[in-house]
Amino acid sequence: MGACKVHIPIKSISIQNLKVGEMMKYTIKKDPHKDERVQEIIDISGQNIFSCYQCGRCSSGCPMAEFMDILPNQVFMFLQEGDVDTLLQAKTPWICAACFTCTVRCPVGLDLAAVMEAIRELQLRKNYDYVDPYNVEERDILPPIALVSNFRKFTP
Amino acid sequence: MAMKRIGVFICHCGRNIAGTVDVKKVAEEIGKREDVALATTYIFMCSEPGQKLIEESVKKYNLDGVVVANCSPTLHEKTMRNAAARGGLNPYRVEIANIREWAAWPHEDNPEAATRKAIRIINATIEKLKANASLEPIEVPVVRRALVIGGGVAGIQAALDLADAGIETILVEREPSIGGNMFRLSETFPTLDCPQCILTPKMNDVAQHPNIKLYTYSEVESVEGFMGNFKVKIRKKATYVDWDKCTGCGECLRVCPINVDSEFDLRMAKRKAIYIANEQAVPLKALIDENTCIRLQFEKKVKEGKIKPKKNVKICSKCADVCEPNAIHFQNNEEIVEEEVGSIIVATGFEVMPAEAFPELGGKYPDVLNSLQFERLLAPSGPTAGIPRRPSDGKVPESIAFVHCVGSRDPQSGVPYCSRICCMYTIKQAMLVKHALPSTAVYDFYIDIRSNGKGYEEFYHRAKEEYGVNFIRGKVSKIYKVGDKYRVQGVDTLTGRIVEVDVDMVILATAAKGSEGVKDLAKKLRIPYDEWGWLKETHLKLKPLETPVGGVFIAGAAQFVKDITDSVSQGSGAAAKAMALLSKPQLEKEPLLAKVDPEICAGCGRCKDQCAYGAISIDPVRHVAVVNEALCEGCGACSANCPTTAIQVVNFKKGQIIRAVDVLAEVF
Amino acid sequence: MGKKIMFYPGCTLKGVAKNLEDSTIESARILGYDFVELPNWTCCGAVYGLAQDSVKFTIANVRNLIKAQQYGKEIGDNRLVAVCSMCYNNLRRAHIDVMKNRDKLHTLNIFMDEEPDYEGNINVLHYLQFLKDDVGFDNIAKKVKTPLKGLKVAPYYGCLLLRPDEVAIDDREDPHIMENLLKTLGAEVVDYPLKNECCGSYHTVDKREYVAERTYKLVSIAKEVGADVIATSCPLCFFNLDRRQEIAKQKHGDFEHMPIVYFTQLMAIAFGLKSEDVLHFDRHYISPREVLAPWL
Ligand SMILES: Cc1cc2nc3c(=O)[nH]c(=O)nc-3n(C[C@H](O)[C@H](O)[C@H](O)COP(=O)(O)OP(=O)(O)OC[C@H]3O[C@@H](n4cnc5c(N)ncnc54)[C@H](O)[C@@H]3O)c2cc1C
Ligand code: SF4
Ligand code: SF4
Ligand code: SF4
Ligand code: SF4
Repeated sequence: MGACKVHIPIKSISIQNLKVGEMMKYTIKKDPHKDERVQEIIDISGQNIFSCYQCGRCSSGCPMAEFMDILPNQVFMFLQEGDVDTLLQAKTPWICAACFTCTVRCPVGLDLAAVMEAIRELQLRKNYDYVDPYNVEERDILPPIALVSNFRKFTP
Repeated sequence: MAMKRIGVFICHCGRNIAGTVDVKKVAEEIGKREDVALATTYIFMCSEPGQKLIEESVKKYNLDGVVVANCSPTLHEKTMRNAAARGGLNPYRVEIANIREWAAWPHEDNPEAATRKAIRIINATIEKLKANASLEPIEVPVVRRALVIGGGVAGIQAALDLADAGIETILVEREPSIGGNMFRLSETFPTLDCPQCILTPKMNDVAQHPNIKLYTYSEVESVEGFMGNFKVKIRKKATYVDWDKCTGCGECLRVCPINVDSEFDLRMAKRKAIYIANEQAVPLKALIDENTCIRLQFEKKVKEGKIKPKKNVKICSKCADVCEPNAIHFQNNEEIVEEEVGSIIVATGFEVMPAEAFPELGGKYPDVLNSLQFERLLAPSGPTAGIPRRPSDGKVPESIAFVHCVGSRDPQSGVPYCSRICCMYTIKQAMLVKHALPSTAVYDFYIDIRSNGKGYEEFYHRAKEEYGVNFIRGKVSKIYKVGDKYRVQGVDTLTGRIVEVDVDMVILATAAKGSEGVKDLAKKLRIPYDEWGWLKETHLKLKPLETPVGGVFIAGAAQFVKDITDSVSQGSGAAAKAMALLSKPQLEKEPLLAKVDPEICAGCGRCKDQCAYGAISIDPVRHVAVVNEALCEGCGACSANCPTTAIQVVNFKKGQIIRAVDVLAEVF
Repeated sequence: MGKKIMFYPGCTLKGVAKNLEDSTIESARILGYDFVELPNWTCCGAVYGLAQDSVKFTIANVRNLIKAQQYGKEIGDNRLVAVCSMCYNNLRRAHIDVMKNRDKLHTLNIFMDEEPDYEGNINVLHYLQFLKDDVGFDNIAKKVKTPLKGLKVAPYYGCLLLRPDEVAIDDREDPHIMENLLKTLGAEVVDYPLKNECCGSYHTVDKREYVAERTYKLVSIAKEVGADVIATSCPLCFFNLDRRQEIAKQKHGDFEHMPIVYFTQLMAIAFGLKSEDVLHFDRHYISPREVLAPWL
């Protein structure tokens, strides 16, 4: 990310770093409908993630999708398969700009922005800092709303 | 006389009821009643032995009333009534106690409560039954004629089948020609037949059939009456041309100076102010569009006093000048005709949403079309002779994108359902593009391909394997214009990548809805419809062609969007239904109707205001309400509003209902 | 003195976005309104909290609404106008949120024991809404002294004026409110297809390359459709579209700069308010002075 300092999420899953088989196989060990962390995400976001039918419209409209490692529609599929771990390691929730484009266009009315927030919250509530507020460049020229919103989304 | 020898038959319904409700205990409890002569159980009351049991018991125990405790009366009331009748009991002395849907199923988790509730329901039903009167069905005569509304392929098929069966049939179509949407199509999946070639013979048969009376450019104004005896008013809209004289030569169209968008071509071509719907129209007659004809507009303004005509002005009459048979008279020839029929088939079809409804998908751009518009550009008889061209500049597209599910499966901004035909016609259109323009690149953005008909999956594979159509799985979110191209912002959910492609044209497979104005028509017919304009059938599985209004049937895409095969099948099916009805010399009608006690009736007329069927009038001499039995449907709206209980529905009298409610409402 | 209307400036207008604040207040003055700053307002929080189980992002906004409730009674007007898209979005969402979830409002009312309860009658408006519905574009037309004839403007709404649906000031996919205002000012409005796309928002703090990519796309397409300037109402959009052109230019050789302006600045110019005290062009990274010269 060029000159600015960014805390990379716990473990980035960029494709290159993966060993064979690590990404391309997932064993379902438990009914995802009974997974507590999936339930937690449902509770925090207020969204029934199981109603997503994988149309992909959230992804095709997402202004940030090209910078993500998991597409917005895939976020729902990971959740529907109970794979919260991958989401906690992914960059995607931290790249979402909460622009609500997906939210307003989702045919079944899912608020994906809220789901992204819920995934971030799982980390933030463990006192995790995604950005370091004391180490921000361009402080003098950035508009206050940029800083306030950034810290609100990325710090506990 | 209240009944004293009642037989109660409790059904196990396999384990459906007996698995929860203790049927033995129920029989025991009910058997204790003094007015019950017999309380017994059986595994399937609706089976032949079950019915036999009722029949024999009526005889053996000389029963004067029967309660069958089983499932919903909509399923088996008739079966049980007939069984009792075979044993010699008046069928209106049979009542159903629904202990399956009301007791067994909702209380699966609490068998004891379910059993208590079942007993209660049966007791209440007995209380109601006890005051039932013996009734005879009412006989009404039948008019042996039929009306078909909507001249698409479904309506055409229905009309032809009826007419071939010797039934005089009236076909009403609101457009100037019959043919419906099928006549707009390019070719038809999965066989790639030419729709005009296969439909025109049928259209001509309609026009020539001695048993068919065709009213095109006409609409149903009002419907009165009931099964077997409908009175229908039909409004023949003004054409300003004498159709008896018009030969369809088309001379007038050549000279008319006014050009407007063609309805038939969905704005993909122009027509004149005087026009014939299309080249193969049936009937092939010209009509003038009063909103655009110079002369008619002028005359209208003069009439409204908006302009004062100067002397000796020459107003356009070019069409009339060239019309050899002198058919064009410029007279408003609107007319209302009245027809009597015994049965009505509604086949008003469907429409697709306009591209403009989807601004995010570029619906406002001229080269972003909906699927039906594109059919016109692909039709060999259409404005571009089957070679698609961009409406904006006439350019032959080098690339085209198709988008599936536009508005469909989208309860948030469209309709919740799958529009069912879009996958197949989009694949067809993609193939036809490749056929007409082999070097044009075709991108098909789909969510799921739904190809569940005979030959459909194979058709899809042909598009993939032989035609070189590019299929990309993911819903497009945005389409916008960049320079001369349209940028399609999509996704491939399978590789998990955003996909962008610039194309010359975009076709949106927009959601289907019931025809415009169908809700008004349905209200006139008193048949139900849903919020999307689909006419509702009585039972989705078992009575798909029937409506709750006796004698009124539905067929084709009016019920729900469907392909041609299914539309034609339904047209024939509805015709068969109507034939069965019209083949009887007399119809029997349920005698469960409203009856007025003239001794109590104060003639206030409240019942009259409530009746949706116009069945009640107030006798001006005696000043009491009078019910027309032929019109009354027995709904009871009147009696609920009668301040004196003078009007009541037979066998649903207030006393009966109150006694039943008393039993039901006792504290558990 | 014009009619008093409560105005919520927000933090950014008080600092880097002086050009937005002054052009808003001064243009309103021309229209006969005295925009008075809501006394003791606090930061709106910039982004609305989306977690269902938390009220922490709602409370500051409800406090602001309560202040508006008190001051509104004093001046006899319940309208609270904001011009920053983020402030508008937050205040409006908070209002709708607590009106929909009475339990939440109750919790908040108990929590904020030192203040009076929020009664729910503050009408939060964006300045554009105020101009369209309360002032009327025909009245605005009457005040135009320098019609912006020939200036090609791409109206840019970004996210927060249009989404989520409950706070949208116009059709979220094809809004026209800013277009109609700009036309009233005499400008030529281009059909800008990305007018409702995100600028990258707060990522400008820690992922400015990504934001620069957004800027590249948004500005290039605006150029493509023939715009001279992009007009916006949000100081964050403004910053991203304006300032991030620097990186966009470094990365993309074909990139051409385009000035970004607030719609209020265009309004001020059309009303004849052309001094730097109102326009503050020094706050722009890409100066609009040259492009706007014919009307200045
Ligand atoms: C783009 C597209 C492509 C298609 N391609 C194919 C294909 O390749 N193969 C295939 O099998 N199917 C195809 N279909 C489906 C096909 O069009 C329908 O199955 C068929 O048209 C249904 O016939 P219908 O008679 O039920 O309805 P319609 O064709 O809609 O006809 C209804 C008729 O009723 C008239 N009407 C409506 N309301 C009234 C009223 N109130 N009073 C009087 N008249 C009224 C209408 O004017 C119309 O003439 C396609 C559909 C679309 C949209
Ligand atoms: S809210 Fe986030 S995920 Fe949704 S479209 Fe905007 S950036 Fe993408
Ligand atoms: S838009 Fe909605 S339904 Fe479609 S993939 Fe995204 S979350 Fe699922
Ligand atoms: S009178 Fe003239 S304008 Fe009217 S239909 Fe005839 S030719 Fe056309
Ligand atoms: S029951 Fe009464 S309201 Fe109903 S149709 Fe008969 S007369 Fe009319």
